[in-house]
Amino acid sequence: MDEFFDATITVNGKPVMRRVEPRQHLIDFLREELGLTGSHCGCEHGACGACTVRVDGEIRRGCLMLAVQAHGRSVDTVEGLTDNGELSALQQAFHERNALQCGFCTPGMLLTAQELVATCPDATREEIREFMSGNLCRCTGYQAIVDAIEEVIATQRKGASG
Amino acid sequence: MNDRTGLELLAPAPRAEKPDAPAKTRVSIGYIGQSVPRAGARRLLQGRGSYTDDLKLPRLAHVVFFRSPYAHARIRKLDLTIAARQPGVLAAFDGRAIAEYCTPWVAVLAHLKGIKSPPQHAVAIERACWQGEAVAAIVAESRAQGEDALAHVEAEWEELPVVTDMDDALSNRSVIHPELGDNICFKRDFVTEGFEDAFAKADVVVEETYGFGRHTGVTLEGRAIVADYNAGEHSLTVYQATQAPHMMQDIFSRHLNIPEANVRVICKDVGGSYGIKVHVYPDEMATAAISVMLRRPVKFIADRLESFLTDIHAREHKVKVRLACMTDGRIIGFDLDDLTSIGPYSVYPRTSGIEGNQVVNLTGGPYAHKNYRAKLNVVFTNKNVTCQYRAVGHPIAVAITEAIVDLAAQKLGIDPAEFRRRNLIPDDAYPYTFPSGLKFEQLSHHQCLDKLLELMDYKGLRAEQKRLREKKVYRGIGLAAMIEVTNPSPAFYGVGGARISAQDGATVRLEPTGMVTCLVSVTEQGQGTEAIFQQICATAVGVSIDKVRVITGDTGTTPYGGGTWASRGAGIGGEALLQAGKALRANILELAAAVLNVDKNALDVSADAVRDKATGEAKLPLAEVGRIGYFRPDTLPLKFQAELTVTRHYTPREYGFTFTNGIQASYVELDPDTGFVKLLRHWCVEDCGTVINPMLVDEQIRGGVVQGLGGAMLEECLYSDEGQLLNGSLADYLVPMSGDTPDIVVAHISTPTRQSELGAKGVGEAGTAGAPGAVMNAINDALVPFGKRVTVQPFTPERILKALGKI
Repeated sequence: MDEFFDATITVNGKPVMRRVEPRQHLIDFLREELGLTGSHCGCEHGACGACTVRVDGEIRRGCLMLAVQAHGRSVDTVEGLTDNGELSALQQAFHERNALQCGFCTPGMLLTAQELVATCPDATREEIREFMSGNLCRCTGYQAIVDAIEEVIATQRKGASG
Repeated sequence: MNDRTGLELLAPAPRAEKPDAPAKTRVSIGYIGQSVPRAGARRLLQGRGSYTDDLKLPRLAHVVFFRSPYAHARIRKLDLTIAARQPGVLAAFDGRAIAEYCTPWVAVLAHLKGIKSPPQHAVAIERACWQGEAVAAIVAESRAQGEDALAHVEAEWEELPVVTDMDDALSNRSVIHPELGDNICFKRDFVTEGFEDAFAKADVVVEETYGFGRHTGVTLEGRAIVADYNAGEHSLTVYQATQAPHMMQDIFSRHLNIPEANVRVICKDVGGSYGIKVHVYPDEMATAAISVMLRRPVKFIADRLESFLTDIHAREHKVKVRLACMTDGRIIGFDLDDLTSIGPYSVYPRTSGIEGNQVVNLTGGPYAHKNYRAKLNVVFTNKNVTCQYRAVGHPIAVAITEAIVDLAAQKLGIDPAEFRRRNLIPDDAYPYTFPSGLKFEQLSHHQCLDKLLELMDYKGLRAEQKRLREKKVYRGIGLAAMIEVTNPSPAFYGVGGARISAQDGATVRLEPTGMVTCLVSVTEQGQGTEAIFQQICATAVGVSIDKVRVITGDTGTTPYGGGTWASRGAGIGGEALLQAGKALRANILELAAAVLNVDKNALDVSADAVRDKATGEAKLPLAEVGRIGYFRPDTLPLKFQAELTVTRHYTPREYGFTFTNGIQASYVELDPDTGFVKLLRHWCVEDCGTVINPMLVDEQIRGGVVQGLGGAMLEECLYSDEGQLLNGSLADYLVPMSGDTPDIVVAHISTPTRQSELGAKGVGEAGTAGAPGAVMNAINDALVPFGKRVTVQPFTPERILKALGKI
């Protein structure tokens, strides 16, 4: 592994330059190289969704993408989307309804939920359950998560119509 | 579990409870019973938690393990020289090298008479006994370099006979540990006087055999440890995702030969535990030993594939049950024969005999029968070890009890709810001693049953079920009553010689600013321990909740205690904290009385101030109490010493366990063409005594229910005859996702335990205990028109189609 690649990636709005091993996964790059430990490794084979981040505006599994594939692209993580306030409605709803216990799945859950809220403003409860089915939560039983997302969607709809 | 039909006839489920006192609301007193959101959840929501893998220390090394590819094999040759020369590799060790620093253990308990297990090493020496057992450790500068080097380990193996089947193990055809004489780890036989007579006189005896697949906890965060040995002071600091820091402190001390006072275990945020993280794991012990050997910090994080191979499994049982009853529906006895396999070693230090023992203790538990016989065999096999996972034995005991109860009701033509009503122990019969010897302080089976039937509209659902059957829509309703072990006394482990604390402690300190800090020996695993401790402490001292900070999970700072397991945190740690908080309040009043020169009985603490008890007028803000107590004690009477830090401990001792009870119901729709079962709705009525935070309790019950549903519907660790795990990834081992999961309605009956002032019983395992039984009965109810039953969990479409004779 003596070949390296110079990657420039915009992470949470700021360009970062790093020399990376071609085999390094995006999630390991974010966690190990940049110390962005909010995104987690749950399975490293794309099944659990704990590593969900956003690449060029769309959610991606950080464990199924190499850091070099993010070269020249824009990556957002829970840290950045917290600081810019984009996740605040979901975070508040999750908090008020205790839609998390251990919190390990939560950053991935929030990013997936935010995509749902943004792209499916009329999602029904069944559609929420279906959309969120790529993110494993082993603690909550999902109901509070679904309730929280449903509430954010309803509030958003009310705001749009009012 | 996904299928075609919707919920056309079911009204929407009520939404999960929303807090009635959101974080910003300032409530002066009485937080117990309120759905206060967890303050600690905010940082987790922002991605600013701190899990063990997030920790980086200077000179941190990473260890990876070379694991046996065989279920049972002798190590002919193990050459680590080439692996040790790979880039970034710092060291490579075999089992003998590790054993120089870490002594082996034997997991037995004196009160499980006759239990036996061979010594187990941190890294196996000479022989591997399950696929995935570590036989060598490679330490490198990065995890990736360590994994690269694994490919250069040269090993030669001599395959040995493999035992994977429980009956095969019991036959002793091939004995896994010849020095033990046979494959039986533990056995128990129990019979009440008059048992044979009772069964001979019974009008009806029903019998059925049930099977339960192995499954595992699947904590989303893998097991995690960073061990940091400091040679300069012969001290070891271990950052570990664990449920029991003090237990681990003792174990690291004894097996690594470091004085206990020099060992500190720190438990940061934990990404799920459910019983998985309360055991001693060989690879984690090896990590600590290697830190000592290399005199530097070493990290080990189990990846998902390692988790499936080495995190404890649970629940592999085959149980024959008989129930005797009279034609009037009166149950007169239960007869049980349980066979369970635990892998090649009993797991340290809790042993792997407990789950089977619990099945013996709990079967038939909700019912007022007098005759009981139980036989238990716990056998060794060449599969991964099993041990205590959430609800330990309860899912088995509840499922077999409730399934055979339904079968008896069906035989007698009595409605299952009515059959239970006739047999559940009456609510006025307590204290009550169950035939297996367990004592119940006070349970509420009948109140729970009544509430459940009303909540689910049992009659309405039965009518709907009947209507839909005419349209060839096959729905089923299943009930499962349960009892649950919580708040264990030393009778669980301590009496057996295990150095596992049944007591917990809490220290409460008034800070100079009027804030209150509490340090508690129970740990936070995400269930909300720290949040309810804030509520209890604020209530006990008389401050607003935002004035309280909680510290847990550090043997260097908290009082000594057991930690988080067996549904004990709220009931035991919570009571210790309540008493500590009350004592601090009394001490605050002493100081205030001295300052104000009034009788302390005329004062009270509420809303962050010492007040006149009669008028509520603020006399001295707590910040002023703190200022005087810490900075101006010169102004106090000469002989008065302020004591603004108080510690209290609590151990339940009156009863061996503080039993709780509850009942669950499941409503399903079965598609006879595909074998798929859709879970339409689930209900749980539970009595955990005092509910400290309804929102947290309800969500924990729901999570527990879903883990129980996973075991009943999807989850199974499948092994080949050669002992190879066939589905050890999240792509192959299915767990419930949001689309598989029904809405779950939760309600409570509250019968506080009289053993403590707080009155709280445990609740964390209740959902998991009852859900598999409820769903089994619901599926079999849906199968009634076909005259078929299913008895082996998980209830896969394949098993259902086989029962229907379609494949």
